[in-house]
Amino acid sequence: MSTEVTRGTDDRIDQYPDKHVTEGGRAGEELDGYPPVIAPGHSFASVTDKIASLALRKRTPIGWLFAFFIAGSILQLLVLSIAYLLAVGVGVFGNNQPVGWAVPIISFVWWIGIGHAGTLISAILLLFRQSWRTSINRFAEAMTLFAVACAGLYPLLHTGRPWLAYWMFPYPNTMGMWPQFRSPLIWDVFAVSTYASVSALFWFVGLVPDLATFRDKSRHWIPRTLFGLGALGWRGSARHWHRYETAYLLLAGLSTPLVLSVHTIVSFDFAVSIVPGWHATIFPPYFVAGAVYAGFAMVLTLLIPIRVFYGLEDFITMRHIHNCAKVMLATGLIVFYGYIMEAFFAWYSANIYERAMMWNRMAGSYSFFYWSLILCNGIVPQLLWSKRVRENMFALFTIAMFVNVGMWLERFIILITSLYRDFLPSSWGMYMPTIWDLAMFVGTLGFFVVNILLFIRLLPIISIFEMRTLLPEAKVHPEEEHKVIEDKRQERGDTPASGGLLPATGD
Amino acid sequence: MPQIFHRSTNALSKLSIVVGALLAVGAIFTLLVLDRSNYNTGAFVDVQQPVQFSHKHHNGDIGIDCRYCHTAVEVSSSAGIPPTATCMNCHTQIWADSPYLEPVRESWRTRQPIQWVRVHDLPDFVYFNHSVHVAKGVGCSTCHGNMIQQPLVHQVASLKMEWCLECHRQPELFLRPKDQIYNAEWQPPSNQEEVGLRLKKQYNVMTAEVLTSCSTCHR
Repeated sequence: MSTEVTRGTDDRIDQYPDKHVTEGGRAGEELDGYPPVIAPGHSFASVTDKIASLALRKRTPIGWLFAFFIAGSILQLLVLSIAYLLAVGVGVFGNNQPVGWAVPIISFVWWIGIGHAGTLISAILLLFRQSWRTSINRFAEAMTLFAVACAGLYPLLHTGRPWLAYWMFPYPNTMGMWPQFRSPLIWDVFAVSTYASVSALFWFVGLVPDLATFRDKSRHWIPRTLFGLGALGWRGSARHWHRYETAYLLLAGLSTPLVLSVHTIVSFDFAVSIVPGWHATIFPPYFVAGAVYAGFAMVLTLLIPIRVFYGLEDFITMRHIHNCAKVMLATGLIVFYGYIMEAFFAWYSANIYERAMMWNRMAGSYSFFYWSLILCNGIVPQLLWSKRVRENMFALFTIAMFVNVGMWLERFIILITSLYRDFLPSSWGMYMPTIWDLAMFVGTLGFFVVNILLFIRLLPIISIFEMRTLLPEAKVHPEEEHKVIEDKRQERGDTPASGGLLPATGD
Repeated sequence: MPQIFHRSTNALSKLSIVVGALLAVGAIFTLLVLDRSNYNTGAFVDVQQPVQFSHKHHNGDIGIDCRYCHTAVEVSSSAGIPPTATCMNCHTQIWADSPYLEPVRESWRTRQPIQWVRVHDLPDFVYFNHSVHVAKGVGCSTCHGNMIQQPLVHQVASLKMEWCLECHRQPELFLRPKDQIYNAEWQPPSNQEEVGLRLKKQYNVMTAEVLTSCSTCHR
């Protein structure tokens, strides 16, 4: 970061500029007119107590119980619709020729996309040393896991015979067959299962030191034992920290390509086919951007109310909100560019099928949804250019909701408008979701929120130990370090010139 | 604060990684073996029939041709179960009073067919045709085993799809000359592959791509 940045009151920092922690990196620092990543006045103890108290409390807040009741009731809708699907068969969905892929796949892509913000925040922002990720990465990773769990339901249930889902995996089966490795659908199986397992592992590894904190803070033997099991014997020794940091960085490296690859492969489900409106090279980048866009919209949708309800404004500051909104704006612009390019290339290709498809989108039976999509994903988010809008929680929440809806509509438009007008007019038809299509989708929303609520109630939703590293207390001040090393040298009778076992200091 | 876990937990938790992995591999292996076991597929399990009809006696000892009873095998998808009348061609004269044959005579008197129990029961989603196999040089014993050694009939194969594909992928390993189709004791010659390739050409057997295409068997 440049030198014109106003540093904090601590003049020693100016003397030894730290290259790693730059923009918004330090507590109590105000940069570019935005608040810091953690409000001033916190100590190690206050951070730990505040975050731990969200879960390790005796009484469950009434608000939480109320939300859990609502979300749990909606979850029953999912249970009911799955039971009905299994009892009656896949015909309960509205999918039929010519629209063979519909709401289940739309919802699958929507959920998978939402997960991407978590991985982006936890892995890519870690590698770029963006310290603002610290307050929200744990929460976003949990959101990823639950979103992938919701997404995973759909391909299973959409097959109509989920008890045979293991056929999708390559194993020496009695059919003497392997899955069709040239099909993007089988790439999907690998992409999504890899994504789910790596995300779960990354999330769990990040939790270990905090689980140890929880273990040490719980009074009752049951939570103590359970947190103790999860903490894997963590004692916080230097060796533990060293291995932890190495493992975490490696997992971040593993997760980083997944941010790009998973939704690329999901887009291949469409792009590899020859259906007009699907067979487009722009699909992978614009799907990935859309995924991050949807993910950040969901992060904001969840964080804004939680932050207020639990009084987390000190940890999830306006800087985080601004940054999320900015990422949303940037990815939203990429997505909007994608929409424009789709229309442009339909015209520029001079391909009658592409042109007919685009015309059908814009003026056909589903044109209302197309223009709603443009409004939700293209027009409304332009308000985020304004700092005043980004600072207004109500406006920001509303825009995030627009994007949530818009991203669902995007997949609806891509799937339905490309399929309902086939190459042959004789196979043209309309699509209408059934009540069970919608019940299952709404039910997964309940499933998602129930998971989020349980996570808030049981685990540290903000990484305690990483938050502590943002505090001024956590900084090893170079001259003190120098002094300690000098003292040790003198104890052993070394002279600085001899080099010794300890490294040179202070530079 | 006292330790929650005993020291041995360290060793146990490390061990559990190895044991967990072994258990997972073992469980998958066991399931795959069980799936192919005779217990599951019904192979080599003698099936009790209403009449103790012996293929060993009729085909092996007496030498009645398969087609005497299974008349449709060359022209139809089903080889055909003989009507009681076919039995009575002989059994009105020989063993006419045998108590073993009472169910056959009863069927003859009442004109109610004998309820034979099906031994080779393919799933309904599989299209199978006897006539094309016989016409292209696949003998009875390739799938049904040596019938003259079977007093009671049983499957000699798993009837799993991988078993079908074994031949559909490389039919030359199983084809035999037309005059050997009904020879229950036929053994492949030492130069089977060479003979098989010649027969495959002679009988116009389709390529493996066609034979293993989904719609060849799942119509």
